Amino acid sequence: MVATYHYDDADRTLVRERVAQFRGQVDRRLSGALTEEEFRPLRLMNGLYLQLHAYMLRVAIPYGTLSADQMRALAAIGRRYDRDYGHFTTRQNIQFNWIKLEETPDLLHDLAQVDMHAIQTSGNVIRNVTADHYAGAAADELDDSRIYAEIIRQWSTLHPEFSFLPRKFKIAVTASATDRAALKVHDIGVRLHERDGARGFEVMVGGGQGRTPMIAKTIRDFLPEHDLLSYLEAILRVYNRQGRRDNKYKARIKILVHDLGAAAFAAKVDAEWAEIKDGPLGLPEAEVARIRHHFQPPAFRDLDAPNPLRVAKARTDPAFARWLRINTHAHKQPGYAIVDVSLKPVGGIPGDATADQMDALADIAAQYSFDEIRVTHTQNLVLPHVEEGALHAVWQALGSHGLATPNVGLASDIISCPGMDYCSLATARSIPIAQAISTRLADLDAQEDLGVLGIKISGCINACGHHHVGHIGILGLEKNGQEYYQLTLGGDPGADASLGEVLGKSFSADGIVDAVEKITVAYRALRTPGEAFIDAYRRLGPAPFKETLYAAA
Amino acid sequence: MTTQVVSANRLDNGRVVYLAPSGQWIGALSEAEVAHDASAAESLLNRAATAIIDRLIVGPYLISVTAATGRPQAERLREQIRATGPTVAPAHHDWAA
Amino acid sequence: MPLLKNGAVTADPWHDGTAGLIVTVDEWRAQRDTLLARNVPLGLRLAPSDDVETIGDDARRFALIAIDFPAFTDGRPYSGARVLRERYGYDGELRATGQVLRDQLSFMQRCGFDAFEIANPNAAQDFAAAVGEISVVYQPAGDRQRSSAASAHRVA
Repeated sequence: MVATYHYDDADRTLVRERVAQFRGQVDRRLSGALTEEEFRPLRLMNGLYLQLHAYMLRVAIPYGTLSADQMRALAAIGRRYDRDYGHFTTRQNIQFNWIKLEETPDLLHDLAQVDMHAIQTSGNVIRNVTADHYAGAAADELDDSRIYAEIIRQWSTLHPEFSFLPRKFKIAVTASATDRAALKVHDIGVRLHERDGARGFEVMVGGGQGRTPMIAKTIRDFLPEHDLLSYLEAILRVYNRQGRRDNKYKARIKILVHDLGAAAFAAKVDAEWAEIKDGPLGLPEAEVARIRHHFQPPAFRDLDAPNPLRVAKARTDPAFARWLRINTHAHKQPGYAIVDVSLKPVGGIPGDATADQMDALADIAAQYSFDEIRVTHTQNLVLPHVEEGALHAVWQALGSHGLATPNVGLASDIISCPGMDYCSLATARSIPIAQAISTRLADLDAQEDLGVLGIKISGCINACGHHHVGHIGILGLEKNGQEYYQLTLGGDPGADASLGEVLGKSFSADGIVDAVEKITVAYRALRTPGEAFIDAYRRLGPAPFKETLYAAA
Repeated sequence: MTTQVVSANRLDNGRVVYLAPSGQWIGALSEAEVAHDASAAESLLNRAATAIIDRLIVGPYLISVTAATGRPQAERLREQIRATGPTVAPAHHDWAA
Repeated sequence: MPLLKNGAVTADPWHDGTAGLIVTVDEWRAQRDTLLARNVPLGLRLAPSDDVETIGDDARRFALIAIDFPAFTDGRPYSGARVLRERYGYDGELRATGQVLRDQLSFMQRCGFDAFEIANPNAAQDFAAAVGEISVVYQPAGDRQRSSAASAHRVA
C-alpha cells in the first residue's frame, strides 16, 4: 500500500455523493433548469473550466501524491475522455484539455473508483493543499508535511462557510528549512519547525503572483499543532468577511493584508481566533496520530550505502552518471534515492505526459518505488523511494519513455503555463517560447555548467507560469496584435523569496530567445567560481544584464 | 469596415462553433455568417442569445474577421488559434489534423 | 415571498407584521431601548456587510434574524450566520433572503440558517433533496451536528 492517506468508507461516500450531486447539476444545466450564471460556480467547484477550445478538467492530486493505480486511472481517463495526454500543473494537479461537459459525471465516477476527484480545484474556495514533493523522503525534513496537508485538506473540503470566498485560496505546507513548495507566494504558507524541543508552525499570509505579486508575511512564528485548524479558520473568516468583493483583481487575501498592514491583519485574526481557539477545531494528538499513521514510511530494506552497483555503473556510463548528478537526490533512508522524472524533454511541452508515459511510469513506480509517484509544482514528477541498486534500471526504463532528460533544476527545466494555445485568459503563447529556449539551451554540458537556473513563462498577467519567481521570468503580452515578451530577472520561490524585476522593453518571440541566451552568457562572464545565477544577480544587480540586452550595438 | 462573425462554445461538449447563415452552429470559421455592419452584428448576437436559451451554446461573442480570400479569417491570433487548434499539438499522434 | 421552513413551504408570518416588528441594524442602534420597551417580538434584517458583532449578545432578543444574499456568490452571510449561532447563542429563526438557490441550501443550513425565502415553487422537494445529497461532512459548523466516533473532526 502506498504510504499516503487511504480513504475510509466516509471518504468514499463523500466522493461518491459528490459525483451524484454534480451529475444532477449537469442534468439541470443541460435541461435549462440552471442558467450558466448559476451553474458556473458549481462546475468550477468540480474543477471544470470552459477554455479556449473545450472544457478543461483539473483533477485534484492532494499534496501531489499518487499511487501507481491512480496514475493508471489518469492514463485511462486521458484515453477515454480526452486526447491521450494530460498536463501536470504548478499546483501538483493534472489537467485534461478536451473534456465534454456531458461526459464529466462519468469521468468523475471513474476517478471515484480510485479515490480521486476534482473537488475544489477551481472556484472561490480553498484549493488543492500542496506540500513538499519530497515529503517522507527528504533528509532535511522535520516531519512529513503531507500529514498536515491532509488535515487541512479534510477541514477545507466542502467547508460550508468558505465555499463563496471573495476569490480562490491556496495553501501550501512544508516541514523543512528548504522551501520546496513556494510558501511565500501562497495565500497561506504553513511551515512546521522546531523551537526549544517543541514543534510549531510558522504561518505566513498574503503571498501571491498575478497582477500584484507579493511575498507572504509571517503573522505567527510558532503556532502549536493543537491550534492549526482553529487559527486557519480565523484567517479564512476574516478574509471571507473583509476581503474585497467589488473588484475581481483586488479580491485576494494579499490585497487585504497589504491594505491593512500585516500587524493589523494579524490583530484581526487574533481577535477572531480568541473566540474560537477553545472550540471543536482543536486538533487532538490522537487525530494527528490517526492521520500520521497513514503516512508511515514504506517497508524500507536495510541497505548499505553507497550502493556498489550504482557506483560502478556511474563510473562506466557517463550518461547515467549525469542523470544521477542532476535528477537524483539523497534520501533519508540509507541505500535509497529520490528520483526526479523530467517532463521537460528538449523542445517538448513542459509538464505534458502521454497516457502511455503515465502507464509506463505507473509500472516503474510499482516495481521500484513502493507504488508511489509525486507531482511537483515545477511540472515534473518524482519517484520518491528508489533503491540505489535499482537506479540504473530505473534510468533505462524512464529513458525508454522519454522521461529521463537530465535537466531537473537546470535551464531547460522550464515552467510554462499552457498560454494562448489553450487558455482563454492568455494574451500570448508560452509553450512555443519554452520549446525554443529549451532547444537553444539544450546542450547538456552547457546546462550543467550554468547550474540551477529557473526559467518560468506566463502567457498572461495572471502568472500561472510563476514568472514572478523565475530566476529568469518571461511574461507574454499582446501589443498591436503581436505577441511580445517581457523579461524579468531575480525572482526566486524559496525561503529567501524574491520577485523578479523588469529589465526594459519587451522582445519579440525570436528576440526573447536571444535575450535569454545573452543573459546566460553574461552570467558566465561575471560569476565568481561556483556562484549560482540567482546569487550572481543579487550581487550584481540588473545593470550588467540590462547593458548586455539593451546597450546600443 | 469591421466585418464580424459570432463564436461560442457548445454547451454539451465545449467545442468551438460559429453561427452559419443556415442558423446552424458549425465548427469552421470559414463558413460563418459575416456581419458587415453594426446592426448585422447585433442580429448575430440576438440569434446567439436564442441559442443560449435553447441550451445549445454558451459565451457567444463577436470576432473581427478579414475576407481577403473570400472566406472569413480571424484577425487576432487568439481567434486563429481558437479556430484551428493549438499551434503546439503534442507529437504522440496527429489528432490536430 | 414563500418561506421554506422545517422542510415545508409556509406563509411568512412576518410578512404582514403580525408576527412582530422587523428593523434594520441602524434602526436597532438608534432606537434600541424604545423597541425593547414595546415588548413585541423583534426581527432584524442584516446586509452581508453588517458586522454581527455590533448586535452581539442582543442577538438573543430577536425572534427572527434575516441575512440577505444580494448575489448567491456573496459568501459573507455564511460567516455571519455561524457567528450568530455559535458565538452569541442565537436560537431564533435564522433566515436567508435574496438570491437563495437550491445548490447553496445545504451550505446555508450547515451554517445555521433554518428558514429560506425562496421563489422556487418546488422549494420543499428541492430542499429535501439538496440537504440530503452529501451525508458526510468534514468540519464542525453552525448546525451543531455531532462528530462521528472516527474523528473529532468528521461528521457523518
